[in-house]
Amino acid sequence: MPSPEYSEANYVEGRRRKSSSSSFRPIVFFLVPLFSVLFDIFLPRFIDSARTLEFPLLITIYFSLMKRQPIAGIAIGATIGLMQDSLSQQPLGMFGIVKTLVGYFAASVSLRFDVNNPALRFMLCIFFFVFHQFFYWVMVKALLGQAPSINGMDELVRAMLNSAVALPLFLLLDKLRDDNS
Amino acid sequence: MDGFLGRYRNLSVLVIVIMAQLVLLAFQVKNNQDVRLIRVWAVTAITPLARVLEGIRANTFGVAGEYWQLLEVRSENRSMKADLDRLKLETQYLKEELATAKRVEAMAAFVQRSPNKTIGGRIIGAGAGMNSKVVFIDRGSTSGVLRGMPVITPDGIVGKVTASYPTASQVMLITDPTFACGVVSDKTRVHGTARGQGNNQLLIDYIQNEQQVQIGEIFFTSGDDRIFPKGLPVGPVRVARQGKLFKEIYVAPAAFEKGLAEVLVVLEGVHQQIPDLTQMGSGGPEVKALAPPPPDAVAFPLDATPKQNPNQRFSTEADRLVDKYKAIGEQQGVTYGGGGRVPNFNAPAAAKPPAQKPAPPSTPVPTTPTVTPPE
Repeated sequence: MPSPEYSEANYVEGRRRKSSSSSFRPIVFFLVPLFSVLFDIFLPRFIDSARTLEFPLLITIYFSLMKRQPIAGIAIGATIGLMQDSLSQQPLGMFGIVKTLVGYFAASVSLRFDVNNPALRFMLCIFFFVFHQFFYWVMVKALLGQAPSINGMDELVRAMLNSAVALPLFLLLDKLRDDNS
Repeated sequence: MDGFLGRYRNLSVLVIVIMAQLVLLAFQVKNNQDVRLIRVWAVTAITPLARVLEGIRANTFGVAGEYWQLLEVRSENRSMKADLDRLKLETQYLKEELATAKRVEAMAAFVQRSPNKTIGGRIIGAGAGMNSKVVFIDRGSTSGVLRGMPVITPDGIVGKVTASYPTASQVMLITDPTFACGVVSDKTRVHGTARGQGNNQLLIDYIQNEQQVQIGEIFFTSGDDRIFPKGLPVGPVRVARQGKLFKEIYVAPAAFEKGLAEVLVVLEGVHQQIPDLTQMGSGGPEVKALAPPPPDAVAFPLDATPKQNPNQRFSTEADRLVDKYKAIGEQQGVTYGGGGRVPNFNAPAAAKPPAQKPAPPSTPVPTTPTVTPPE
């Protein structure tokens, strides 16, 4: 008896969702991540509270969810992460690895859930933000030998704030899709 | 492999991308000792493998090498044992040579000081039989050794020659039960007869119970037996107790204390004085062997063959009588053994120069004034 995860109905549903992956124009794939990184380093100069926003992460989550292809999510996450690394004082690969994992898991999740649901998007953003922060903290501690302070409640608040920002942002980005869905 | 990658393509791509970025990180990040992480990881990944390989190599080749080394060690050990045995033999031989040299040196010193004319000999064998108390020396009649000659060492008397052969002689030791010689003690001048007992002790016989003999007292030859000259050490008293008729005195032969190897055969003996213990200190055979010669013998030159006064060769009464008769015969022109007239032994002998005697002590002679009686 096939397991529920790999039942024929789920497989067909997954294939349908995969076939219903969103497509974007190349200029969107190029400019949106670039501007996300630029906003990440530019906005805090004028708005200090903008440091709490993680625009590259939100863009990674969005594109990975919309593409519904794990490999595409890996590529998107790795690209945005390395771009973010290149503009930070950290060694190249710290954000790259974390966002690669986020892109992969986000794309994998999108195969099973309807990611157009705003509530689900909100929940996924909270989850992936916490995952991103925690995994980044682990890597900094393990690979760089540093011990950055982390506060679970602050991170949870930041996660909710980023998710709140992500909802209108994702709606805005939905306007840039080429497909009819 | 292709099927695995095809089935888990997404996961494979994820792993590859993650690994690529980890490598990228490793090239950039350095640890606190300024070593890049890529080196740290490489060394950390390689070192256990190298350790395992080295362990395998050491446990295989090492055991084989140790086995071959063990074989070499075994042969080397065998040869070293042989060398050790050879060196032990050489050491033993050299010790024997050194002991012999010391004995010969002591014997040479003794010969130089002693007035006796002696010849050295080496013991080459013992007599047959378990209780045999005779030995053979490598000096015989061709060397002038005759039957009846005493045999001594610097420490004391050894025995007497009982048979002389051309190249060897048989010597009866003083421990033989049939051996006897006259002795005298150095302190109380008690005379007795030393008799062999068949063991390592001599019994001093014929000493009255009333006479005093102390343990440790040294007995010397008395010259009464006409074998040993007077003054040769015999040995110290070990036991002295009252007996039924005579004292029971046992003496340890001083010549046997260090073992017998080289001996001296006395070709012409000269009587000596009994050394005085008060001049020799604490006494003992060794000390007595190194004691200064008596005043009679000092007159002789200290060489191997001292010149001796013919009149002093034998100082016994019989010797002096023979010398007297010879002088009378020469004075009256009579040759003994040729027949003819008999010399007049009662005729006074011609005056002879005085024998070499030690100068009297330079004590002042009291002079008595001559008094002429009045007319």
